[in-house]
This record gives sequence, C-alpha cells and structure tokens, in this order.
Amino acid sequence: MKTFNYHSAKDVKEASKLASSNSAFLAGGMTTIPSMKLGLASYKDIIDIKRIKKLSGIKVSGKTVTIGATTKHSEVASSKDIKKAIPSLTALAEGIGDPQVRNRGTIGGSIANNDPAADYPAACIALDATIHTNNRSIDAEKFFRGMFETCLKSTEIIESIEFSIPQKSSYQKLPNPASRYAIVGVYVAQHKTGINVGVTGAKSSVYNEKDLVAALTKNFSSSAIDNVKISSSGMNSDIHASAEYRANMVKAFAKKAVDAC
Amino acid sequence: MKNIALEVNGKKVTKEISDHTTLSGLLRDILNLTGTHIGCDTSQCGACVVHVDGKSIKSCTALAADLDGSKVTTIEGLASNGKLHPMQEAFKKMHGLQCGFCTPGMVMSAVDLLKNKKNPSDQEIRDWLEGNICRCTGYHNIVAAVKEAASKM
Repeated sequence: MKTFNYHSAKDVKEASKLASSNSAFLAGGMTTIPSMKLGLASYKDIIDIKRIKKLSGIKVSGKTVTIGATTKHSEVASSKDIKKAIPSLTALAEGIGDPQVRNRGTIGGSIANNDPAADYPAACIALDATIHTNNRSIDAEKFFRGMFETCLKSTEIIESIEFSIPQKSSYQKLPNPASRYAIVGVYVAQHKTGINVGVTGAKSSVYNEKDLVAALTKNFSSSAIDNVKISSSGMNSDIHASAEYRANMVKAFAKKAVDAC
Repeated sequence: MKNIALEVNGKKVTKEISDHTTLSGLLRDILNLTGTHIGCDTSQCGACVVHVDGKSIKSCTALAADLDGSKVTTIEGLASNGKLHPMQEAFKKMHGLQCGFCTPGMVMSAVDLLKNKKNPSDQEIRDWLEGNICRCTGYHNIVAAVKEAASKM
C-alpha cells in the first residue's frame, strides 16, 4: 500500500476542510483499504471520520428511520428499534459480508462507494431514502449516478441516511458465495405513496425497476410479475452470471421478495 | 509517522508507526506477534482475525493509527498461565486444523461467536465463520471443535 497522511478529524467541519481531490474519507475502510492495497486507488490524505460522534447512531421516529453515516452494519443488524420499524433493513445488514466486515463496515461508506453489487443502495431506492450531507439533503434516486459514482463532492460528507418506513417490504438477494455481494438483489417496498423495486448487482448501478413497479402497483402479488419482461440489455455479464441469467434472477428474486412481504 | 498507545494482550504498547501501517503489520512486524497470519491481505480469508475492544475484526484491514487507545487481543493472548483457552483445547481435541494457517483466525472468530451465542447450532457456526476460509477444507472438524468448546465454556 502506498503511503498517505492519516488524519483523524474531530468534527465534520475539520474533515471537510482537510478534504481535496486527492483525499478519501475513511470510515470502516472495508473497501478503501483493500482498494489501496491492490493499487486500484491511492490518496495523499486519508481523513478518518470514525471518531466524529455525531455521525453515528440510530433514530426511529413515527415515519422514518435515520441512521448515522458511520453506524456499523452489525449495529444496524442488531437494532431492535429498526427491526420493529423495517425488519427487511436489519435482515439486509445481517447479510452483508461476514461478521468481521459487519463489525467495521459502515452504511455511509457503502453508499458513498456505490459498488454496483452493494446491498444498501437498493435499500435507499426502495425505502425512499434521503441522504443528508454536511450541506444538503439528496433524494436517493438522484444520489446514485453510475458505477462507483455518486453526486457527492470531494469535500462533502454523508452525515446520515433517512429511510421512510414502508407498509411492507423485503430484500432478497442471490449472494456471490465467496464475497456475499449481490449477484442480484431485489428490494421491494410498498409505501402509502407508492411501490419501489430497488435492484442491485444487475446493472452498473442500482436502479428502480419501473416495469416491476407498474405491475405491482396494479396487483401486489408475485403472479403479477410473471408476465413482466425484463430485458437483459445493459445488464452486467461476468464470470459469475451472464446478462440473461441476471435478468431472469431480477424477476425470480422480485417474486421471492413480494412473497416474503 | 504517528505515535500510538494501545493495549495488546493486556500489555501497554507505545510505538511510532507509519501512517499506512495496518494492525496486522504492527502485530507481526513491529511487536513480533506472528500468531496472527496474513493470507489474502484484503479481508476475505480471515486468517488475521483479532479482537479490538472485544469485537472480532480483520487486522489486515484496520489502520494501526486509527486504533490509538484500543484494547487488542490476539491468539497469543488467549492462553492464561500456560493453560490453553478452551477453544484452543477443542481445536486440538477435535482435530480442527490441518495445515494450521487459518487456525488463529478461526479460533479468534469462534471465541467472539461464543461471547454472543452460548450454544450455537451447526448452521449458526457455519454462518458466523463465513469470513474465515480454510483451504484444507477442514470445516467439518472446525465446526465440531467450536461445538466442543461451547459445551466446555
């Protein structure tokens, strides 16, 4: 790993001030550190935000669940409050990586990284999340831009993620047996205001599968999905699964999710 | 360079380290605690699992600089007064190791499991050890060893 200057920021203001186009914020480091070791990324400055107290924590109100950016996957997985409000979200956190990754990895890191196969981005889309940063609030649909790309600026820090509590929801994924990343993951959520189907792993970035949304809006049942045609165009194709297979899995796992709602 | 002070296996340690030193590097290269193994070095194999402030983590993917003030327990810190930890005894008794490379990580991970779950089922043990890879594929006896330890602890 190439060397860098390590800073531990006291507060968000200091962290943002230290940031530049040649720096990265460090929370759990579950992607940042291996990426630097593999030579996929290098930075002049690493700005650790783990010790900023206000970035961590869980708040459940009547309509929303708000999770601080540096809250660990294990904390979300074991939160009784979240389990009561959105059980599919604790289940998602429980299925990320392995216990040691869950003990370090954070929700803010997962979202900022926007890995095309990460789980949390699907939750953001399905649960109408608002991503609060140090200078604005962003709708999930606008936040995720493309493969490993978000609309965050280099000095911008995610402070918390606010999820809407749905009437019912379920996240189902076909995990890669080695990494537990989603080959395909489908998060179905029914809100009073409408239905979302967040799909991860299938394309270069998470998306709301509009054809499934339309079918489920007419009839919220897994049989309503049978006649929906999911095109494989634009889907990822790799050693683990072809584009056609992924397209089929989007449908299969959407049905599974609706049945589990 | 950064100055850090932490506790490793009950002993206070103060060191000057490079900013990019990992916890596994600090343990092995600076403190000569080579019981913590480095396999993949990118947090998939689990050979480097240690406990930080009571929780199991992969030490290859933690910066030493960020652990200032922490309490670290490695495989060397499990035995007390020359007596093996019940998990180590169980691995020995049930032949829970073949080449032994993954063993320190397996043991540290399994100890953390039993802290949270006293009598885990086979499935719960297998799920928990998801992040520990044994390339001798000796999983069957590893699960048996964890069950044996659970019955003794």
